[in-house]
Amino acid sequence: MFDAIKTVFLAIPIGFYTTLKHLFKKPVTLQYPFKKKEMAERYRGLHYLEIYDDGSERCVCCGLCASACPADAIYMEPAENEKGERYSKVYEINMLRCIFCGFCEEACPEEAIFLGHEYEFSNDNRNAFIYTKEQLLANRPRKEKPFKTIIRKLRRIF
Amino acid sequence: MESVAQLIIIMIKVIAIVTVVLTGVAWATWLERKLLGHLQHRIGPAVAGPFGLLQPIADAIKLAFKEEIIPDKVERATYTLAPMLSFVPSLLTFAVIPFGPTITLFGYEIEPVISDLNIGILYILAITSLGVYGIVLAGWSSGSKYSLLGGIRSSAQMISYEVAYGLSMVGVLLIAQSFSLKEIVAQQEGIFNWFIFRQPVAFFLYMICAVAETNRAPFDLPEAESELVAGYLTEYSSMRYALFFMAEYANMIAVSCVATTLFLGGWNGPILPPFIWFALKVFMFMCLYIWIRATLPRLRYDQLMNLGWKVLFPLALLNTMVTAFILRF
Repeated sequence: MFDAIKTVFLAIPIGFYTTLKHLFKKPVTLQYPFKKKEMAERYRGLHYLEIYDDGSERCVCCGLCASACPADAIYMEPAENEKGERYSKVYEINMLRCIFCGFCEEACPEEAIFLGHEYEFSNDNRNAFIYTKEQLLANRPRKEKPFKTIIRKLRRIF
Repeated sequence: MESVAQLIIIMIKVIAIVTVVLTGVAWATWLERKLLGHLQHRIGPAVAGPFGLLQPIADAIKLAFKEEIIPDKVERATYTLAPMLSFVPSLLTFAVIPFGPTITLFGYEIEPVISDLNIGILYILAITSLGVYGIVLAGWSSGSKYSLLGGIRSSAQMISYEVAYGLSMVGVLLIAQSFSLKEIVAQQEGIFNWFIFRQPVAFFLYMICAVAETNRAPFDLPEAESELVAGYLTEYSSMRYALFFMAEYANMIAVSCVATTLFLGGWNGPILPPFIWFALKVFMFMCLYIWIRATLPRLRYDQLMNLGWKVLFPLALLNTMVTAFILRF
């Protein structure tokens, strides 16, 4: 009897007060398609291939990324340009195989491949998930910071 | 000629009230989602129109164009009839609710009530009980165990709470000495004459029973999403499903209107016009409904029965008795 009275006159009003308090708090909802979350610096999203300041590709097609890849998602074919430098003729990443572990990024001796912050790349066609070199080069984010500081920051994080 | 004019006026009143109520139902769903969202740190519907205000229209279009799936094992006739049986009584309640004082338009005296029955409250009690048939028949005819359980729970619950629901009104009736809702409102002029101050226990009981009568949380056992999938609604889709939903919200509005009339002085209030006062009070009750849903968890079935028969029923009887004694001596 006493417990019931305590519930009705104490516990339930406290409950109502609690929910009422929450009515005036700021909602935590993120209006996703309209507003996007700022991803963490080390977030591993869609890959991109980096270039030198003069516009030439950094990738020398050494194959370390492909051998580091636990999902076997990277395929590459090497070639030489007229100066005798190695570059990748074909460089493909199958995003359906990729597990976004970032090992390719760690393995790369030339700081050529990075995992960016892009995560919206769904498609209804499986073939569209095999990203070619041109696509990966085009994925480079519009940088505000110079390339070197990004590298230094990444080194510090890892 | 005079009778034809009367008929036309009544038709216009019926159409007006049905329109207002159905619009209210549509935006009650919006209010519920919005308010419930904010009570849980969410924002609720926000994409369709400003503050998501066009969401009910989007919902209506979606439901109207959905495919109607009728399972093989249903009792066709009853299955089809049940949503209507549930929806129609929920609208019928509004026939006796006075929305405002008499107004004069084009030389005609118009009372904003479709029919001022002298036994209005009995009518309301009769009609609100009819709503349970729709739910029970829906549960039974669906040929699904969840629906059946929902229907059975609903009938047991509504019958149990009907008693206390009716008795909680008796206190008011004793003071008002009238069954006519218009007469009851007329006796509540001035804030301190509102029956909520003279019958606080009755008001409290009425609110609990009203929530149970309309199958709302924390008494939403007939639909109990987490245990019965959706109870009697499980096998319904498209507009039939929508009819049940509209019935639920129309019932909420009806019960709020009755509470306003019986306990909060109906349209009486200072400064603002009477219709606005009435709408405001109903709105307050709707918010209370949603607030209750956001706060209290669902009762277990035996707790529900205990509360109904062992707490609310004796309290209602006691309240009636005390009121009668005070009035007599």
